[in-house]
Amino acid sequence: MRSAVIRAGRGILWYLREATGEAKWHEYADRCRRQGVTPMSRREFERHRADHKEQNPQSRCC
Amino acid sequence: MSTNIEERHEPTGGSQRLSLRSMLIWGAIAVVGAVCWAVLALSRGEQISALWILFAALASYFIAYRFYARFIAYRVLKVDDTRATPAERLENGMDFDVTDRRVLFGHHFAAIAGAGPLVGPVLAAQMGYLPGTVWIIVGVILAGAVQDMMVMFFSMRRDGKSLGQMVREEIGVVGGTAALIAVFAIMIIILAVLALVVVNALAESPWGVFSIALTIPIALFMGFYLRFIRPGQVMEVTAIGVALLLLAIIGGGYVEQLGLENALTLSKETLTLCLVGYGFFASILPVWMLLTPRDYLSTFMKIGVIVLLAAGLVLANPMLENEAVTEFGREGTGPVFAGKLFPFVFITIACGALSGFHSLISSGTTPKMIAKESHVRMIGYGGMLMESFVAISALIAASVIDQGLYFAINSPAGATGGNPEAAAEFVRTLGFTISPADLTNAAQSIEEQTLISRTGGAPTLAFGISLIFTEAFGGALAAFWYHFAIMFEALFILTAVDAGTRVGRFMLQDTIGNVWRKYDDISWKPASWSASAIVVALWGYMLYVGVTDPLGGINQLFPLFGISNQLLAAIALTLCVSLLIKHGKTKWAWVPGIGLAWDLIVTMTASWQKVFSDNPTIGYFKQRSVYQDAIDNGQLRAPARDMDQMQQIVTNSTVNGVLQLVFALLVIVVVVNAMVIWVKAVRAGGLPTTEVPHQPSRLVAPSDFFATKAEKEAVRRYEELIRAGDER
Repeated sequence: MRSAVIRAGRGILWYLREATGEAKWHEYADRCRRQGVTPMSRREFERHRADHKEQNPQSRCC
Repeated sequence: MSTNIEERHEPTGGSQRLSLRSMLIWGAIAVVGAVCWAVLALSRGEQISALWILFAALASYFIAYRFYARFIAYRVLKVDDTRATPAERLENGMDFDVTDRRVLFGHHFAAIAGAGPLVGPVLAAQMGYLPGTVWIIVGVILAGAVQDMMVMFFSMRRDGKSLGQMVREEIGVVGGTAALIAVFAIMIIILAVLALVVVNALAESPWGVFSIALTIPIALFMGFYLRFIRPGQVMEVTAIGVALLLLAIIGGGYVEQLGLENALTLSKETLTLCLVGYGFFASILPVWMLLTPRDYLSTFMKIGVIVLLAAGLVLANPMLENEAVTEFGREGTGPVFAGKLFPFVFITIACGALSGFHSLISSGTTPKMIAKESHVRMIGYGGMLMESFVAISALIAASVIDQGLYFAINSPAGATGGNPEAAAEFVRTLGFTISPADLTNAAQSIEEQTLISRTGGAPTLAFGISLIFTEAFGGALAAFWYHFAIMFEALFILTAVDAGTRVGRFMLQDTIGNVWRKYDDISWKPASWSASAIVVALWGYMLYVGVTDPLGGINQLFPLFGISNQLLAAIALTLCVSLLIKHGKTKWAWVPGIGLAWDLIVTMTASWQKVFSDNPTIGYFKQRSVYQDAIDNGQLRAPARDMDQMQQIVTNSTVNGVLQLVFALLVIVVVVNAMVIWVKAVRAGGLPTTEVPHQPSRLVAPSDFFATKAEKEAVRRYEELIRAGDER
């Protein structure tokens, strides 16, 4: 029972991380670590992503 | 999941044998659905529970998803998980980005669903609950979800090309140009009508204005927080934002004590100016400041509200006050919008049943993020079913309130006179009873000055939701729930308006950029500012027309909105039919063909009536000539109160009529152009298309919401392989 609750909680947290795009940073940092490269700072990384959104507007429907 | 899917689906398509267990489960779902439909079909004159509608819908969705969507995916489209998707082939971590299917489902749903499915069904409730229910459920299964899924599939096979690009390349330059103009013009109308809904909900409502206005500083705060204080902490900042949002709603209850009541009691004209200004700044400011954080808030509220609404409906188990089919459906004399059940129910309810606007989102953004081809079923078809569920909930919310009150809220001010006595009398002439005191009490219960002629659907829905939530969750919170509902509707709409203005600006810059290169540079201020100004001026003008129309803006403009949305759907479905034929799958052309045929019948009939009807409440040009004749004779015609208003009606009717005619003609151009291609393609047994050739996929992922045992095992093996590869 308790382990089921913990698993569900983990699942929700995972989903929120992915859906909000927070997971992107972690993926990037992990990748850099595996490849032995120094990652850019989180601030730079998020700016880079924001710049991309600036150029590619997404439509919202009614 | 390359090998497994192939074994499971290729030889038999979607029709492998069902196990005994799943046969029992699906049999039970079918029985529940059949019983609910039977109750809806057979009860006349007696009150029934709203849950019959809810469960008829859910059972139908499950069956359609399991069987029809599967059939379309594996037999008609032949999704092929051995083929690498654009996300896998062109992955750049930005727009091309392999995304978990459940996460992408959330993104796609958040992008397609907004206030549309909440507003249309509320207005259509004037015809009774049954026409709307049938159209929302049957429409989504056979047309709306099919369109979304097919457009998504075809765009995915073309590296995420937009609808306009695909029409140009697959149908022809003439059709493509017509489609491009139609898309832009329809977007303007949609933005104007959505903004009109907000204006109508917020006018003379200081509480509403207070909470909505505060969303702007809240979003700005979130934007700066994410940019400078804690970059990337989206969950954290969204939690703060939502808490502030709830405080803003509660705080609105104290506007009187704060001495802000008069300052925030705004007229519709003032609100129009505010919205236009907001749209302009939202379009030119960097997105991180306003648009992105607003989107987080709006998405969070969207999911929260849907969950609350579903739970609230089941807990409250409300009875339907509405009739199954009202006389307005049969006679076409309804005060909310004019015209008979056919064709007007089918255009009033666009979002939730069939929404052409979705084809703009299903092509372009989402297809570039799909991990596996088979995911178009759950994301395209499933996402649209979810929106349809929202529409059904809205229809229920409008059908559980007292019908006298419903018509007092939704009839234009010209009819109700705007005061309780006249409104009660007007409602009596419609055949319902509500006393002036009851009208005043209803408004007081939710701490609004009045509910009379608060057209646009948002106040009605908010009132219905506050009834349901008060019943379901207890407490004396009717006023809070009402303003909570107004807040999220306004939030969805403003998010659609600011994002839409920006998209419109980019489209305009791109189009003008074809003749004047420099204009295409989106960071060149003169271009971005002027293009933004043009876009807001266009929808701002239509909004102003709606706000000041003596005949009632919703009454006049909502049909135009519905028809244009459905006309866009006609373009999208035409593209789907064309592509199936070009791919040599003429025998399956009926799949999008059913939706297309019905949609063309409905929209062309509605357009014809709106343009040529000699009933002045329906036909724009007849309306124009009736008022013009009266002006020539120096007479005043109700509901106009002076000659200026008479002149206004003449101008507005002309504008609306011309737009209506132009939209219909543009769609006819696209369809005729496509028919030429159909004939050519059928004769040749297929034609080459711009589909990207098969390239093998390495990626492994389950294909439906829940992974099967075999799929989990395959994913595990694949992940091991990846890890081994990394370590090497």
